[in-house]
Order: sequence, then structure tokens, then C-alpha cells
Amino acid sequence: MAAHLSYGRVNLNILREAARKELREFLDKCAGSKAIVWDEYLTGPFGLIAQYSLLKEHEVEKMFTLKGGRVPPADVKNIIFFVRPRLELMDIIAENLQPPREFHILFVPRRSLLCEQRLKEQGVLNSFTNIDEYILDLIPYDGDLLSMESESAFRECYLENDQTSLYHTAKGLMTLQALYGTIPQIFGKGECARHVANMMLRMKREFAGSQNQILPVFDTLLLLDRNVDLLTPLATQLTYEGLIDEIYGITNGYVKLPPEKFAQKKPGEGGKDLPTEPKKLQLNSAEELYAEIRDKNFNAVGAALSKKAKIISAAFEERHNAKTVGEIKQFVSQLPHMQAARNSLANHTSIAELIKDITTSEVFFDNLTVEQEFMTGVDTDKVNTYIEDCISRKDPLIKILRLVCMQSVCNNGLKQKVLDHYKREILQTYGYEHILTLNNLEKVGLLKPQTTTRNNYPTIRKTLKLWMEDANEQNPNDISYVYSGYAPLSVRLTQLLARPGWRSIEEVLKMLPGPHFEERQQLPTGLHKKRQQGENRTTLVFFLGGVTYAEIAALRFLSQMEDGGTEYVIATTKLINGTSWIKSLMDRPEPF
Amino acid sequence: MGYYCSFAALTCVYLQRHLLLTYLSLSLSLSLSLSLSLSLSLSLQWKSGVVKQLGWTVCDDLLCIQEDGTVLIYDLFGNFKRHFSMGNEVGQSQVVEAKVFHSPYGTGVAIVTGASRFTLATNIDDLKLRRLPEVPGLQGAPTCWAVLTQDRQSKVLVATGADLFILDYTSPPGLSPQATSIVHMCVSFSYKYLALFTDSGHLWMGTANLKEKLSEVETKVRNPPKQMAWCRRPKSQQPSVVIMWDGHILVAGECKNTISYHLEGVSILVPELDGVRIINGTHHELLQEVPASCEEIFKIASMAPGALLLEAHKEYEKESQKADEYLREIKEQNLLGEAVKQCVEAAGHELEAETQKTLLRAASFGKCFLSNFPPEPFVSMCRDLRVLNAVRDYTVGIPLTHTQFKQMTVQVLIDRLVYRKLYPLAIEICRYLKTPEYQGVSRVLKHWACCKVQQKEEADEVIARAISLKLGEAAGISYSEIATKAYECGRTELAIKLLEFEPRSGEQVPLLLKMKRSQLALSKAIESGDTDLVYTVVTYLKNEMNRGDFFMTLRNQPVALSLYRQFCKHQEQDTLKDLFNQDDDHQELGNFYVKASYKEKAQIGHLQSAVDEYNKAKNEFAAKATEEEMRLLRFQKKLEEEKGESLVGFSLHDTIRTLLAVGLHKHAEQLYKDFRVPDKRYWWLKLTALAEKEDWEEIEKFAKSKKSPIGYLPFVEICVKHHNKYEAKKYVSRVTPEQKVKAHLAVGDLEGAADAAIERRNDGEISTVLSRCSPSTDRALVERLNRAKATAAKK
Repeated sequence: MAAHLSYGRVNLNILREAARKELREFLDKCAGSKAIVWDEYLTGPFGLIAQYSLLKEHEVEKMFTLKGGRVPPADVKNIIFFVRPRLELMDIIAENLQPPREFHILFVPRRSLLCEQRLKEQGVLNSFTNIDEYILDLIPYDGDLLSMESESAFRECYLENDQTSLYHTAKGLMTLQALYGTIPQIFGKGECARHVANMMLRMKREFAGSQNQILPVFDTLLLLDRNVDLLTPLATQLTYEGLIDEIYGITNGYVKLPPEKFAQKKPGEGGKDLPTEPKKLQLNSAEELYAEIRDKNFNAVGAALSKKAKIISAAFEERHNAKTVGEIKQFVSQLPHMQAARNSLANHTSIAELIKDITTSEVFFDNLTVEQEFMTGVDTDKVNTYIEDCISRKDPLIKILRLVCMQSVCNNGLKQKVLDHYKREILQTYGYEHILTLNNLEKVGLLKPQTTTRNNYPTIRKTLKLWMEDANEQNPNDISYVYSGYAPLSVRLTQLLARPGWRSIEEVLKMLPGPHFEERQQLPTGLHKKRQQGENRTTLVFFLGGVTYAEIAALRFLSQMEDGGTEYVIATTKLINGTSWIKSLMDRPEPF
Repeated sequence: MGYYCSFAALTCVYLQRHLLLTYLSLSLSLSLSLSLSLSLSLSLQWKSGVVKQLGWTVCDDLLCIQEDGTVLIYDLFGNFKRHFSMGNEVGQSQVVEAKVFHSPYGTGVAIVTGASRFTLATNIDDLKLRRLPEVPGLQGAPTCWAVLTQDRQSKVLVATGADLFILDYTSPPGLSPQATSIVHMCVSFSYKYLALFTDSGHLWMGTANLKEKLSEVETKVRNPPKQMAWCRRPKSQQPSVVIMWDGHILVAGECKNTISYHLEGVSILVPELDGVRIINGTHHELLQEVPASCEEIFKIASMAPGALLLEAHKEYEKESQKADEYLREIKEQNLLGEAVKQCVEAAGHELEAETQKTLLRAASFGKCFLSNFPPEPFVSMCRDLRVLNAVRDYTVGIPLTHTQFKQMTVQVLIDRLVYRKLYPLAIEICRYLKTPEYQGVSRVLKHWACCKVQQKEEADEVIARAISLKLGEAAGISYSEIATKAYECGRTELAIKLLEFEPRSGEQVPLLLKMKRSQLALSKAIESGDTDLVYTVVTYLKNEMNRGDFFMTLRNQPVALSLYRQFCKHQEQDTLKDLFNQDDDHQELGNFYVKASYKEKAQIGHLQSAVDEYNKAKNEFAAKATEEEMRLLRFQKKLEEEKGESLVGFSLHDTIRTLLAVGLHKHAEQLYKDFRVPDKRYWWLKLTALAEKEDWEEIEKFAKSKKSPIGYLPFVEICVKHHNKYEAKKYVSRVTPEQKVKAHLAVGDLEGAADAAIERRNDGEISTVLSRCSPSTDRALVERLNRAKATAAKK
């Protein structure tokens, strides 16, 4: 079913199976036929845990989306609401109830007293036979990737001072430790990281005595605040997967693409009507080709695709060499695999073409040039004419915000005059209501007036080698290939932690926001790992507030380095890109 | 596993109960004293109604079932716990007979009233009364009855005359074996078997579902027995029934022969998992089928491997060479493993410590001659026996057999000890058996602490210190449970002291709220990190306190405050405003009004308030921007009235653009000046607006009006974008040299681009032009470019 989860260093399928088991147990608690009413937001994340077939096996006959009014008629015994613990959803549920069926609520990821109180106020609390929680914090996304799929985590933590998602993070990490053993070492950087680590240590004390006796799978946990590295998500990702996300957006492992390029061209049919539904594709390491190319710089994807095309056609040519019945039989047995490979190749060639149309455009190039200027520290203290031109042309607001924020971050704040100029231009062009969004960006530190004349960024850039002049896109030797020159700060910190250790960069760490720390968790005696000669360490890197595909690619690159010595598993509150990230911080998001 | 609770120990009570019951029904106030074991005795001053039946629950509580259907529950030490009723209808007709029974669902109670109606509760901790259907044709009381648990349901089996009824919840099928009248019946411990005694002196034995008959024995005794009980052990081949009359008992099995024993004094029978206890005023005997392993070993002249091994060991101790002979005999048959196993098993069944030791020594001796013999059975048997011998001691008084112990598990045994307050022994056993702390020592300590807090004579300080000292090191202790207990006993101060030790802040919150320590509850909730808990306390506080105090409390707790703000943002906008006001947070108030201005009609008013707030917050930029917004809004409204153009809601940019599009150039110009729109942006804006209208004439006029601040490349590009190359070409010549190549390429003039590039000797530009060349391009041009590239590269 989800074989791709078990290929990695850590078998994440265990986590998925645990989640599935819990789901089955809950469904069996409600005996008889059932219908599920979904909080729409949950369907995506749930898709990563269980398909409809699993639900069907447990007598789920109908599914609806939660909305006002009454549940549509369905001839079932049980109605189960799968919801996040949100007050507004409770009011909708209260409207939905209609006897004589049995009602149940499953809170994801946690029961909430507040919500139950609301149901009580609405006078419906007693209508429920079962009120339960489904603890779904970390969802296995791929063989080395876990996500909480919590859209607003960054906004809540850094803008609204609401640390709910951090609590869930800590709980999720406890669950993970219950399955994969206590993680002996915890490192962290940032306020939220500190908070999560504190909660974890507290929870460990609370559960003292009920500890599991599992040999630890992870050697180290690294907690990183997103606001330690605000720069990276702002930059345009240049890996294959990163670009797919930047341009089309990947949600819950799926991407929707314009259908034109995917029309089945059959000889004779000619230009029959083209499909109008977007093409939906699942993207994960289960697809061999995708696993191979997704983390490459886009400029290296073409070569990889044509190499693959040659291999596949060579494989098909083999049929001419097959002479004996045995050889033909063997060839035929490989056919399904080969055909799948060919389909996959066709799909990715189409996607690459779509992306290429965009990356070769002048707009893309100009934008990238400005980004790279900022990252290398060119003229970051002046009003940038390209940004001005973009505003004048009324390019999408998010694009403007990404650039302005980037300039501010790379300059450790903008001169008041420059900042006010940008703000005024934006308000006049896009509307005064965006004053709220600008205010939000200032609150989280993406935009700020310069308070000191001293700009830390160049020091950080030089010490951490964030800019590599000669990034090799084809055969990379450094993580900077993911942004064609810029090495993501977050990943550089991770890399330096493994070797030679953070002590070497104390000065820079002090310049970055929030505390950095190290904690050790005592292991029960007898569980200390005896490392084999040459065996790699396993580090779980948790990005609080989101991570981009390019950063993931960079970490995978580090895992694969021959003398790296460390393999990484990545966890995050949400997979983000600059656009989705800025959008989550807007107060009146405009359609992008 | 709790339901095998009638195991041992508390059985003495049954005896005394029989002695006392007649007494009780005569007098309403009597001292009821029950001795449980030599170390433990319970005495109650009975002041309630007439007791019909006594019984024990799985948790070692005493049940007293009264004539009026009320059931009172006491703990092991005679403290009243609670009471419940077996239904109102019992009242008039009164309870005639009652039975306490155990099932996997807990302890149950069944009663029959004077009106011969049965009522049944399967689990007294989750009381659901079931009134069973009437017995057809029953007049007066039934002759005898029993409770059965079958197919996850409790049923009552009733005999009236020769008829036998199962009182099911739904329909009672009439069943009747071949007999004249049933006078007594009993069900086996596992509810699988049933025995019936008829007035003809026949004993019928069969399965409880009445589908199979095992045997029928004629006892030759006509008078009804006082008591009857099944005596069998798990996997037994010979189930038997023990029947008791005054002065003697009879054991009847599948064969025709019966065994008869004489009894001293008044006795009662207590059925067990693996036998029957016979208890009288002075003695406690266990009657059971001799376990196979014991029989094999101790049978006279037995040649079983176990018996030989025992013999061999005896000889070995005597230093006789016969030991070797015996051993050889076993080994020759390859049965040494079997012999060791038998000895270990038999040791488990023996009650005398000396016999156990002899058998275990023999087993240990035999083990020496075996390689690869798994050590676990031997080791665990030694451990089990040590524990069993400890609890069998008369000071503890829990005479369990090994089979019973295994069935009931260590967990339950620990519970039993805890109920008897034998904490030190319980802890010793946990440590000895290496039970994980969480389930073992910590659990015992928690019970101890719960008991400790009830000691009224000791001061809070002393108790708290004593508890923390003892529990300090133990893992996984729930202090909040102990604190809850203390609170229930009315010791709030002690409860608070104890809560301090609770490592799980979250656990402290509900109790603190209950004790009205809401401020403390709030800080604990925040400490736990569980935001839902914080919300819960905040909602509680909101209802408890007046608004002012509530806000003040929040002010001191920033985490709670921001959560409450979030709540208000979605639920109570007005409160949000009050909160900002309270904190003098003018920036947020400004934002609040800006937001409001988009929701409501009174826009200008809201915006004015926003400006005021921004000014107070010293946010000059925001104040000015909002003033500008108001100005724009007024302008838009005015123009809407005058010209009928819909403008409200547009940004300045879009307003100007709309004005240009509809030809209101003057108004556009006015806005440009009033709002000090930068020239560059205005040019872009105007150019785009005109191009969209395809007003080429106006564009040309615009281009000539003055020197373009954005250069002329945008003119070229925008014309091309609107597919007008002719117009585009007009502006190519005015483009700056740096952008010439781009401009030429945009209009598709390759030659022009080439000229410009070569003139500038720019390698990159030449390459760009080259890349645009196709096979159809003029060869000469390509060559020229290549040559120029070569020279440019040389430089």
C-alpha cells in the first residue's frame, strides 16, 4: 500500500500503520453502517493515512462535507463527524443533528474541552454516543518526510502568539518516540524550538515509568524555528519539485496541472476535444523516476530525462533480441514495469516542458536576478527599481511582498524612508486594506525598519558560506545547488551541527533570533546504541513553521553524501513555499 | 480477571453469615462482626434494615442486601461506601432471596421478591436493572434458582417442581430433565456446568445450556441438601459435585460410586476455580481433585519419572549409589525432562513449604543432568511459591492455590493486598517480581497515599511531607488523584500542597478549578502548554469574575491573553475592542477600526477612528495612509454621484486606471497630483490603460509630452503585447542603447538587433541574438554575428 514509506532509513510505515489501526478501532466502535461527515480541511491529510477502501471495509457507506443545514439523507445507522476542534465547526454540527441516528464525533488531532463545552451550551452534547480523539499529529508524507499539515502554524506561533500547534508538535514527537525510541540528543535554535523542547522534557517526566524499551532509531533531534531563517522560503526554489510547488502548488502530495500537455495523442484521432479537468498527479518516491529527479536542480532535469528515455527505449528494443520462448516470456513479464516507467517519463517530460516555458521567460529571469542580487548583498539599502516597476505593472501582490521582504531580511531591516516608500506604493496600487497585511509582516519580522546601522547579514552570509559563486547544478558538490548559488541557511545550520558542531559558529548563532540549546534525554540502561564502524547517524530535523521542498532536497543531498556521516529525516508543521507562506500571513488574502 | 474473586481469604465471612443471618432478621440493631483473617477483623454496628444476603464484590467490598431491595456497600474495614436500590417495585413484596455473582463484567446482584419476580444487575458499578419475565405457572416461591452467565448475558435458572426455566431477557424456553421435583441446584464456577438435586435423591449433572447430560447419580438421600458446589479444576477429566447435609458431605462424579466425609459442626461450601473450600467455625479445608502431577509422584509404588527423580534425589542426599540407578532408569527412557517438569508442577500444587522444597530440590537436581532445559518454568515457580507462601501466612490470610494465583494475576493480588492496607508486603512483592514501577510500586504507593490523606488526626504539613518523602523517587505517580482524594475528604489545603508535587500540570487544572483556585489553575494550564486547557480555564474565569478583574488577570498572563484575543477575534468582536482599550494598544485598535471599515457601511467614521488611534500609537505612516484612504474614498463617492462610475473599493491605482479607461483624463491627472503618485508609476499606469483601450494616438501624444521617466522600451513592449508591431516600431529608435537589442528583438527585427549588438560589442547580447537565429536566417548575418562574437570574446 504505502511501500514508499518503508524505503528510507527509518521505516515510517510503522507510524502510518499505527494511525490506521487507531482509525479502524474507532470505526469499529460505532457498530453498523455509517456515514462520515468531513471537516473539508481534513480530507487531504487523511488521504495520506487511509484510502476510501479502508473506510468501506468498516461499513462506511457515505461521505459528506460538513456544512450548514442538515446531513443529507442516508440510510445508515451512524453519523460520524471528523472535525478539527474549532468552535465554529461545533455550531455547524449542532445544526446537523437529526435523530433517530447515532451520532459520533472524532476530534482530530485532539479532544477539546472548549468544544465540548460549546456543544453542551448548544444542548446537543448528550446526543453523541462516542466523543473521541484521533491523534494525528505527524503524518507520514514520504519515506523521509513527516508533516503536520497545519496550514496556519507559522501565523499562529509568530503572529498571534497562539502556541497550540507547538503543543501538538511536542505531542507528536512523544508519539514518535513511543514508536521509535527516545531520542537521546535534542538541539534547537529559536524561541518556539525552546518551547517545544521544554514541553517534551516535561512530558517525558510526566510519563516517567511508562517508558517504552525500544532501541532508539533517531540519534538526534534538531528543532529549528522558521524565523531563524526567514530568507530561504522567500527565494524561488530551483529544484524540480520546488518549481512544481512554486508554479502549481503541491497539496497533500498531489499536484493539479493544466491538462493540455497530457492529452492522450492517439494516431488518427487528431485534435479531438481536449480535457478541461486539470490533471491530478500524485508525487512521491513510490515513483522511481520522480524520486530520481525531484531534488535535482531544474537545469539538470532535462539531461536526466533524456538519459532515462534512452534506457527505456533500449529496454523496449530488447524484444528484438528475445529469441527463445523463455526470453520472450521474461520480456513480457517486465512489460508492466516498463510501461509504468514509460508513462511516468511521459508525464514528467510534459511537466518539465511546462516549467521550462516559465523558467526561460524574461519575467522569471529578471525576478531571479533581483533575488540573487539581494542574497549577495547588492544594493539592498536602496529602493529597487525592478520592484518599483513590478508595482507599476501591478504584478501579483505576493510577488512584490516576497521581494520586499527579501530585501528587508538581507539588509537586516530597511531604512525608514525606503520602507515607507514601498509601503506607500503598495497601498496606493493594491489598496489601503493591505495596511493590515503589512502590519502583520512587520510583526513577524519579515519587514522591519532598520534600527541599527549595522547589518549582520553579510557576516552571516560569509561565515556560513550562504553564497557559493560556482554552484554546480549538474553534479552538485554543495547544497547551494538547490537555489543555484544560495545555500539555505537552515540547512547550513543543520550541516554545521553534524560537523564540526555549533561551537564553531557561536558568534553567528548569537546574531540569529532566539536561543540555541542542547538537551540530553536519559536512555534506560541497555538501550545505548553501539554504533558499527561507518554506520551513519540519523537526525530528525523539525522545522517549526514550515519547510520548503528545496530545503528538503538540500537535506536529502546531505544524506546521500558519501562521507556525510548523517542521514536526515525531515518533519515540519507544513510544507510551504514563499507564496503560500506570505499568503498565510495576509489579512485579506487576494486570489493569487 | 477480577471475577475469580471468590478466591480464598474472605470466605470465613460466609460461615459467620449463616450463623448471623437468622439473628439479623429478628433484630434490627445488632453488632455484626465478621472476622476475615486472624489479622483483620471487621465489625459493624448494624443500624439498617433486615439483611437478606451478604456478599463480596470483585474489589473486596462487602455487599449487604436488605429486605427492601437496598444494597449497602462497605469496604474491608467496615466503612460505608455507598448504596443503591434494586428497584422500587421491590418495596411492598420484599426480597425473599438474593444472590451475589461474578462475571467478566464485574460483580452482579440478583434478587427474587415475594411476588416471585426476579431482578438482576450484571454490574453494580454500572447499574442497569433488568426485570426478568414472570415464571409461567409459578405459585409461591420457586424451589430453587441460580444465576448463569452465558453468551455475554446473565440469566436466571429457576426450578419449580420438576420444571426448569431459564429466565432470559426475551423468551423463556421451557426445559425439563427427567425428574420429579428439583429441590436444589448449583452452577459451576465457570458457568459451564449445572447440577440439579431432585426430591427423589437423584443428582443430575450436565452442561449449563441443558443440552448435554454428563451423568446421573442416585445418592439415596431424600432430604434436600443444605448446599451444593461443583468441584473441578481446569482441564479436569473428572468433574464432580460436592453435596452437603448436616454432619456430612458427599462427593459425586461421573461414576456410580460416591465418596462420603463426616463433617464437624456447621460448615459451608465455597466453590472455587479448582476445588471447593469447606469452612467451619475452626477449620478451613480445601477439597480438590488431586492434580495429575502430584498423583503421579506420590502414588504408592509409582514408577512415573517424577516419582523416580524424587527418589533419586532422596538417595543422593543419603549419599547412596542408588541415586545413580534411579537416574539411569529415567534417562534410559529419555524422560528426565518430563521428570523435572512433573516435580516443578507438583511443587506448585503442594501447600506445605517443606514438600515444595523437596520437590524443587529434586527438580533442580534433575536439571543438572540436562542440557538445553529452559530455566524459566523452574525459576518462575520458585518465585511464585515464595509470593504464595507469603500471602498464605496466617497474618495475611489469603490462602490461594497456584492455579488460582495464575488465573488472577499478580496485578489483582497486589490490589487485594492494597485493599487490606498491607502496603509493605505489596511493595516487597512488586520489587521481588520486578513488576514495572508504573504498575507495581507506584500504584501501591498511590493507594497508600490516598489512605494516608484520610488520617484526620495528622496535620496537613506532616502528611504532605510524609507523602512526598515516600513517593519522591517513584515514577508515574498521579499526585492529582491523591489530591482529589484529599479534597473529597474536605482537606483543601492538603490537596493544594499535594498538587504541587504533580509533574503533569494539566492534571492539576480540573481539581484546582473545583477547589476554586482559578488563578493557580490558569498558571498551571499555561505551564502544561495545552492551549485547550488554557481556554477552558479562561472560559471558567470569564463566567466567575467580573469583567474588570477578568481582564486584569489576563493582563498578567500574556499567553492566556493572546489566546483569549484569538477567541474573541472569531467569537466576540466587541470584547476584542475592550481588551485593546484596556491595554491602551492603539496600534491594534487602529487595525481593528480599519477592519471594521470594510465590514460596515459607516466607513469614513471607522477610518477616522483608526486615524486617531494610529496617531495615539505614534504610527505616523499608518495615520497618514489612512487619511489618504479617506480622501480617496470621498473622491470616489463624489465621482460616483457625479459620473455614475462605480469606483468605491478600488485602489488608487485602479481608480486612476478606470478614469483613464473611460476618458476622464482630467480627474486622473488630479488624483496623480493630489496623491503624489511617482512619475514612473503614473507613466506605467497610463501607458497600460491606454494600450488596453488601444488608443495608439493618445499613446503617441503621451510619449511626446515629455521625456519618459520609464524609458521607451515599455512603449515598444506594450504595443507588441497588444499585437501592434507597427506602433511598436515607432518607439524603437528612442530606446536607450542598452535596451536597443531587446527592443529590436521585441519587434522581430533581427537585423536591427544584430547591428545594435555588434555596435556595442557585447558578447552576451550577440549570443542572445544568435540564439534567435533560425536555419532560415540570412547566412551572412549569422557569420557577421559570429565574427563579432569572436572579437568580443578576444577582448
